[in-house]
Amino acid sequence: MSGSAAPAPLIRIEHVSKHYLRGGEAVPVLADVHFDIARGEYLALMGPSGSGKSTLLNLIAGLDQPSSGRIVVDDTDIAGMNERSLADWRAANIGFIFQFYNLMPVLSALENVELPLQLTRLSARERRERALTALSLVGLADRVKHTPRELSGGQLQRVAIARAIVSDPTLIVADEPTGDLDRKSAEEVLALLLRLNQSLGKTIIMVTHDQHAAQAARAVRHLDKGELSALVENRA
Amino acid sequence: MLALILRFALRNPLRHRLRSLLTLAGLTIAILAFGLLGTVVSAWYAGANAASDKRLVTRNAISLTFPMPLAYAERIRAIEGVTDVSWENWFGGVYKEPSNFFPQMAVEPTSFFRLVPEFRVKPEEMQNFLRERRGAIAGRKLAARFGWKIGDLIPIKGTIFAGDYEFILCGIYEGARSSTDEGQFFLRWDYLNERTRQLFPGRSDSVGIYLIGIADARDAAVVAQRVDRSFANSLAETLTETEKAFQLSFVAMTGTIVNAIRIVSWVIILIIMAVMANTMAMAARERTAEYATLKALGFRPGTVAALVYAESFALCAAAATAGILLTGPAARAIGSRLDNLFPVFQVAPETILMQIAAAALIACVAAALPARQAMRVKIVEGLRQAG
Repeated sequence: MSGSAAPAPLIRIEHVSKHYLRGGEAVPVLADVHFDIARGEYLALMGPSGSGKSTLLNLIAGLDQPSSGRIVVDDTDIAGMNERSLADWRAANIGFIFQFYNLMPVLSALENVELPLQLTRLSARERRERALTALSLVGLADRVKHTPRELSGGQLQRVAIARAIVSDPTLIVADEPTGDLDRKSAEEVLALLLRLNQSLGKTIIMVTHDQHAAQAARAVRHLDKGELSALVENRA
Repeated sequence: MLALILRFALRNPLRHRLRSLLTLAGLTIAILAFGLLGTVVSAWYAGANAASDKRLVTRNAISLTFPMPLAYAERIRAIEGVTDVSWENWFGGVYKEPSNFFPQMAVEPTSFFRLVPEFRVKPEEMQNFLRERRGAIAGRKLAARFGWKIGDLIPIKGTIFAGDYEFILCGIYEGARSSTDEGQFFLRWDYLNERTRQLFPGRSDSVGIYLIGIADARDAAVVAQRVDRSFANSLAETLTETEKAFQLSFVAMTGTIVNAIRIVSWVIILIIMAVMANTMAMAARERTAEYATLKALGFRPGTVAALVYAESFALCAAAATAGILLTGPAARAIGSRLDNLFPVFQVAPETILMQIAAAALIACVAAALPARQAMRVKIVEGLRQAG
């Protein structure tokens, strides 16, 4: 047996519970969820509607606060942060990919990808160069001036992926990234996410209810009624 | 960041072109109406604004309709601080039709134009006026209104000074400034006095007002007191005031109308403010998911609010520009039809500043509530509205 300790996980989710108040009553969504996510992991969270998978993703991404428990990402406890600190933390550490892309309709693909960099101290030229690089990486170097209405669903999601990676975040969270796409586009997006994980070592957490999409991830966890199942490895 | 906010502000209104266009049209009309009503108010004060601070006006203390003796002229001239004296009577005749109203004053010809240099008369025309006892001088706009030329005979039926009069147009004066009233008609006081002496001997040698020139505007109050003190306990006690105060006393008579116009102009702004606020609220509601996305990416609530304010300001700036540009031509068109009522109908710089201020106020107030809502968008709830 080796005496060396296992590497510290990127994300520690410690006894996290979450409930919402509906009509004065607390409706539990997550109950005592406790698990780690390793750096460089590509994890798919699966579960039926209302299982709490998106809530868990939102908590990990700092979009929402747990009712109890701690979430430590890269040694930072984000559960106790105020809104302003969380905004700064998200800008520096999280890349978002949404089901419906959430691109700004009035901005071009390049301007959309540049958005997260507006919060950095980079010059306009540097921002542009990085955004172009990100767009090249997702195969859209020839669509930089196109606005979202001029792009297909698959292209829109690739722009969103470029936006998610442009600031080189610690973690990429993807909420149903293939949910609004046809099979071919979905395959392209999944291949792209896999490449980001394998080639660039990006840690990705993907929420999906699509079995096929979940199989693209390295590991899968199921959530049901707020409770988490054991980790299932897809491949070694 | 500023460039990004501007980009959003300029492009977002194009997403709903018809709505933006209608809002812009409403805003433009409101700013235009606000400017025109402001111009009406300015026109009301044009006489007072054009008044010289080196001129005093003396009238009978009882009322303007009561005359003063001509003999007061020399006594006023002798008062310390007085540099010049002229006198005049309101003639108030009818040219062809009562609707052809214009101010007609019988003036002492030499001293009047010396005291009121902003009425510019060519020297040869002034010579003709001084030579011809039935002579008259008309303002440029008035002459243009009735198509008068030098040498024309102008028949006027006297009302206060009853009788048929026929004046010879000897000159046409031009205003020294664009704000000078060019709609007046001057006849000779000595000619009118001569006719009055023949017809109504008891009314001759009386004066409606004295126009007094003073050396130093700072002495206006002192000189006015000296004049009034000179005629205290006489049969015709006087009230002397600055020319501006004299003009403002006429405005005060119609103060309620002026106030009503002011109120209406602000009501217009209030109405369009509500329309604009509704437009901004709709726009902000439709963009809830976008604001949530921006906040998710790390943009601060203040930046999101700035997007709403910037869009509101962009719309209002476009409307203000259009409204202000239209105000000048519209004022000219209206002024040409109302020149008998408002001889000076010009858009004052203060009116333009007020239009800009009103547009800024609309932008601020209209954006306030939507911006607050945008700031408070809960990310998770906002993101659910996407798709």
